Amino acid sequence: MSATTAVKGTAPKLKTSAMIASFADPGQKTAPAPFGHALVKAAQENDKIVGLTADLGKYTDMHIFANAFPERFFQMGMAEQLLIGAAAGLAETGLVPFASTYSVFAARRAYDFLCLDSAEPNLNVNIVGGLPGLTTGYGPSHQATEDMAIFRGMPNLTIVDPCDSVDIEQAVPQLAASEGPTYLRLLRGNVPTVLDEYGYTFELGKAKVLRGGNDVVFVSSGLMTMRALQAAKALAAHNVDVAVVHAPTIKPFDAATVLAELNTDRLAVTLENHSVVGGLFETVASAVVTAGLGKRVVPVALPDEFLDAGALPTLHERYGLSVQRIVAKVLAELG
Amino acid sequence: MTAVHEVGPQMLHTRELPKKERMTQETAAERLERVGAAAYRIRHHALTMGEVQGQGYVGQALGAADMLAAVYSDQLRYRAEDPEWEGRDRFLLSTGHYAIGHYAALAEAGVVPVEELETYGSDDSRLPMSGMSTYTPGMEISGGSLGHGLTIAVGMALGLRHQGSEARVYNFLSDGELDEGSTWEAAMGAHHHQLGNLTAMVDINALQADGKTDTVLRTEPVTEKWEAFGWYTQRVDGNDVGALLAAFDNAAAQAAAVGRPSVILCDTKVGRGVPLLEDREKAHFMRIEEHEWQLCREQLTAGYEGKAAR
Repeated sequence: MSATTAVKGTAPKLKTSAMIASFADPGQKTAPAPFGHALVKAAQENDKIVGLTADLGKYTDMHIFANAFPERFFQMGMAEQLLIGAAAGLAETGLVPFASTYSVFAARRAYDFLCLDSAEPNLNVNIVGGLPGLTTGYGPSHQATEDMAIFRGMPNLTIVDPCDSVDIEQAVPQLAASEGPTYLRLLRGNVPTVLDEYGYTFELGKAKVLRGGNDVVFVSSGLMTMRALQAAKALAAHNVDVAVVHAPTIKPFDAATVLAELNTDRLAVTLENHSVVGGLFETVASAVVTAGLGKRVVPVALPDEFLDAGALPTLHERYGLSVQRIVAKVLAELG
Repeated sequence: MTAVHEVGPQMLHTRELPKKERMTQETAAERLERVGAAAYRIRHHALTMGEVQGQGYVGQALGAADMLAAVYSDQLRYRAEDPEWEGRDRFLLSTGHYAIGHYAALAEAGVVPVEELETYGSDDSRLPMSGMSTYTPGMEISGGSLGHGLTIAVGMALGLRHQGSEARVYNFLSDGELDEGSTWEAAMGAHHHQLGNLTAMVDINALQADGKTDTVLRTEPVTEKWEAFGWYTQRVDGNDVGALLAAFDNAAAQAAAVGRPSVILCDTKVGRGVPLLEDREKAHFMRIEEHEWQLCREQLTAGYEGKAAR
């Protein structure tokens, strides 16, 4: 496409904007820096909690903790292997570290350090990864579309993919209290507040049924639970009744709760902000097959590709994560 | 097992005395003799373990025995009967394949029973070929994937200092490990955070898996690199116990004075103490024939007793 034809298009092109684009809808209720504030609160009650980052304090909301507890915060510089190795060393001395960086760096650059230094000895090291899945328009260098696929094979590691500020606020103290290493897919900045309307509480290792429905059952994690709830409302206008099961703990996976919902003749759809390879879909699929359900499961997930750069709404629409695309997919499946 | 018990009893198994108090209890010559005897026993233990496997990293263990003796019988504060004692100094072996040498040192320290060394590398043993914290008492980390030890050491040193502990952290590295970028990330971090409670020991045997270090990936000039990274840097003959002890004394004084991490670069000789192996073509993974083990032990003892007699 030449520059001239691009300019002649009718709609103005959306801008990529900042590194961390907000995925909150206009006017949506949000909470500022829920992770940073939750960590401060947890640290007020547990003096073993310390924070560290690899030159991304401001971009992972760790700066809130650093400001509140400067003597309990360690800046490790742009050195992710050191960040994750040092977190293990801190845990070896009895402290409870939360180490933040971007998900791409935690998963791709420092895997060996988390695996051997924290997971093998089962230390209470908590990794907080920013920009999980498709939450930035900066392209594959920053889009951690396969972080869960990378991490799921690591024994002992707990993986949490929170939906909103409620999930994050409630997850942080539970991650600190749990034995063994954890990985939190961070949503930062002004994070939507969604689950407060569903009488929901986060329980590490548990999936929760947020709403019932007779025709379709959604199993979702992360920000896609927000989209799943929105899509369920939109589908009601088409006389399609949708249940939503939120499964924020990807590992260990609450197969019992999810399989109980899938063991019906409703259309089963998984929704995740992650590649279709190795994330929630395959977690659910393996649970289904292991239980011998013989049930078809339709994935809403990112394609097994390196994704484009651009504005987040454009990309979510392009790759099928938007409410509109979810609704269209479900209606097509129902014929 | 021969000769090992003929050179005097092992040292007391628990050493918690502050260094200065211990120093006043013995002369410099006595200290040298004590650590030299420990090095001899560590070498002897390593040969015992090597014979069980018929092969292995015996050359490295013999080369590093003086470093291990200096740290275990002169520097570390620990409780043999309570390896998890909170006040202990931490010794981190990042070169997992040196486990044979480390087990020998742990036996010398009384943490692992000497009889258990014969299980080295056997099924269900607490002494696997590559060192792992989950298997062996006194083994602080699971090394083996090189370049991890110093990053963990930085976190430990930060954590201990943060909690007001006087304990020190020692990380044992090899020169091959200097190939790993993470070692230098950690070197920067230790200097940035002024970790005066951290000492690195680098075994420079100039040998790695694929051959001589200067043909695999040139790491020299090593001294200048550590100095440039802000560490208090000393380079010594790593098979000279007196030089090693002097270096540790200097490092301790430096650490107390200015809050800088210390590194002791130790030039060592693979197979040291056993002429048969010293002269053998240098190999990362040394093969020793069945009939040679006894000869190795005899050479080791003859060399040690000859030196002791002088």
